[in-house]
Amino acid sequence: MTAYALTDSWTMTRRELAHWARQPVQVVVNLIFPVMLLLMFGYLIGGGRGLTGSYIDYLVPGMLALTMAFGLEGTMIAVTQDLNKGVIDRFRSMPMANGAVLVGRSVADMLQSALALFALMGIGYALGWRAEGGPGAFLGAVGLLLLFRFAMLWIGIHLALVAGKPEMVQAVQILVWPIGFLSNAIALPESMPGWLGTVVEWNPMSQTATAVRELFGGTGTDGVGAAIVWPLVLLAVFFPLAVRRFGRLSR
Amino acid sequence: MADAAIIVEGARKKYGGKAGKHALDGLDLTVARGTVHGVLGPNGAGKTTLVRILSTLLRPDSGHVEVAGHDVVRQAYEVRLRIGLLGQHAALDEELGGRQNLELFGRLYHLGARHARVRADELLERFGLADTGRKPVKQYSGGMRRRLDLAASLITDPEVLFLDEPTTGLDPRGRVEVWSAVRSLVGGGTTVLLTTQYLEEADQLADRISVVDAGRVIADGTADQLKALTGGDRIDVVLRDAGQLGAAVALLPVPKDDVPVDPDRRLLSAPVTDRMAALSGVVRALEEAGIEAEDVALRRPTLDEVFLQLTGRDERVKEAV
Repeated sequence: MTAYALTDSWTMTRRELAHWARQPVQVVVNLIFPVMLLLMFGYLIGGGRGLTGSYIDYLVPGMLALTMAFGLEGTMIAVTQDLNKGVIDRFRSMPMANGAVLVGRSVADMLQSALALFALMGIGYALGWRAEGGPGAFLGAVGLLLLFRFAMLWIGIHLALVAGKPEMVQAVQILVWPIGFLSNAIALPESMPGWLGTVVEWNPMSQTATAVRELFGGTGTDGVGAAIVWPLVLLAVFFPLAVRRFGRLSR
Repeated sequence: MADAAIIVEGARKKYGGKAGKHALDGLDLTVARGTVHGVLGPNGAGKTTLVRILSTLLRPDSGHVEVAGHDVVRQAYEVRLRIGLLGQHAALDEELGGRQNLELFGRLYHLGARHARVRADELLERFGLADTGRKPVKQYSGGMRRRLDLAASLITDPEVLFLDEPTTGLDPRGRVEVWSAVRSLVGGGTTVLLTTQYLEEADQLADRISVVDAGRVIADGTADQLKALTGGDRIDVVLRDAGQLGAAVALLPVPKDDVPVDPDRRLLSAPVTDRMAALSGVVRALEEAGIEAEDVALRRPTLDEVFLQLTGRDERVKEAV
């Protein structure tokens, strides 16, 4: 059974890619959405109160982290849809590797997120944002963002397995906004009331955004440790929970 | 039993913790290899739970369940190699086309890319879906969707096939399509377990029928054996005037309680022992009493009557009438 784990995971990944080919518009919309947010916050809302450097250099890494966080809801929607459409019953009644369904989902979502990262960085570049930390730091920053996305992915899978209903997706879609904005993605914690600033700095997304800013800006690596540890902690909690939930579909 | 494809002994399944209700309450069932077995029961009788346990989607709380010679809990993988499942809801990828779906499942059955493609084409051809092209499944009609679902459950020529209410929600035409597809399978030696709430469907397709209620099998046999349980043939009489139903019932040589009447259809239905004597006797008695009949007919009991009698819901239905 395990001999097929790789083949089956690849087959399930191809299934997700076939969905992309079916709905190119959806894929493009998913890429445009974070770009739109970047433009909105960069030009319409005009944040960055209390900032000394350029706002775009502050905002782009923040938006990258925010995009990774919002990926959670995409994962949750996709898993919820699969669960409610009965196709997962067919997969589970077949002699395929158990985890392949989740692995396929993960690979496809990570690819989608990588695409979103590069689209956003491309637009950021056009707006004057520059990565000045060198190629090593650049790759490190992308790695941290994807690590954070990976943690969000498993939270998304877990929530979908726990909630299981499309109605719950809506609740999460709404909640993701305040939680996403309770971070330093678009505004400086220093510009917020004291207690709020503290909450914001503890948000794992802020840790990732801070480390990524440092790496892109070439201003150090102080935040990198926290940006590695937080996602790993989230993974250590939610990965086993999600896998167990998936196994308990037979209860 | 050596030639049994399905053995269920004392299967129990409870949902919702300690206070929950038993969906299966000590269910026993044996299905001989190469036969079609109907599991007939009302909503909530435990039919779907049974199919989900047989197809390894759900673990029983207790009891012994064997499919194609393997234990569904301890040897789930072995069972999965040998079964096909047509669930109550289409288990298909709605975004993909028919061929894409079958190829996907073929690969997951480890047929290899080439063989999966060939098999997909064969099945599309066989189920009359060859010209659906790239159209996504979500644009299919109910009947097409069901046929594709059935095709998907036959990719590996399974030894045992589970059909959970295969025609629920289909129009009459879709129903006939699915029925003919199921019939054509049976010749190939596949064992089929079919659940249904349509008595006609069990009558049409199944060699043997188990009537299930509240998580147990309450009767078991061929359609004819089950029908015989209600005490043989019946005579239906339709009168011109519903007001004379009472008078007509009084003429019959059987207790009044054994003769259900339906005023809306001006119909009475009585059990008979000797067919021909009953027919002529009833016609003569009505004539002498001056009661006009529109129709008099002898018939075998329907499975509906068997079913209602067995599940003890006869009273409620009478009240509803």
